[in-house]
Amino acid sequence: MAFVVHSGSLDKLYPVFMLASTGGAMDAEVHLFFTFWGLDAVKKGGLDKAKLPGIMSIGTGMMKGKIKSVGVPSLTELLAMCKDTENVKIYACSTTMEMMDVKKEELIPEVDEIVGAATFLDIAMDADVQMFI
Amino acid sequence: MVNVEVEVDAKGMYCPMPIVKLKKATKTMETGQVLRLVATDPGAKRDVPAWANKTGAEILESNEQEGEFTFLIKVS
Repeated sequence: MAFVVHSGSLDKLYPVFMLASTGGAMDAEVHLFFTFWGLDAVKKGGLDKAKLPGIMSIGTGMMKGKIKSVGVPSLTELLAMCKDTENVKIYACSTTMEMMDVKKEELIPEVDEIVGAATFLDIAMDADVQMFI
Repeated sequence: MVNVEVEVDAKGMYCPMPIVKLKKATKTMETGQVLRLVATDPGAKRDVPAWANKTGAEILESNEQEGEFTFLIKVS
């Protein structure tokens, strides 16, 4: 499974981590490439700060409350579950880091590697599931 | 009578929690050992067999009673 994670909004990050944790639990090799807005998600504190997109951002608190009351894990918890399966690899896009002036130290320790498109596509070309989220 | 080594209680949890919990429980188990999973998530009805299909585990028994889905799973 190879996902390009281009989005940084809460509603888009949820499917990423839900599918990745499930895939990892099913013994699939999961590769997540965080680029553009997705890079914000792998910065320290990024997952906690993720909001609903655009004007819906004001509803973020309510949505997170509902998520918690239903018992669905937070994004941070889902990331931990992903890593726990030992089958999920997290990559940060090198070019996006340059464009947005993000330094390695700002990334969460769960990021396995900072890579470029060719590295990711090499992986994606052999994957059974490829997605752009 | 099958000897159940591990019990996984996933009642009240929604996808993907039952599957993630299931996988985590199998990590310390040996091939051939049996686990019992109880879940209330209706998605689990299909999720668990799908998980077993991909991981090579065998579902020995599956039961549905009053919204509770019970699976006896032999791990690979």
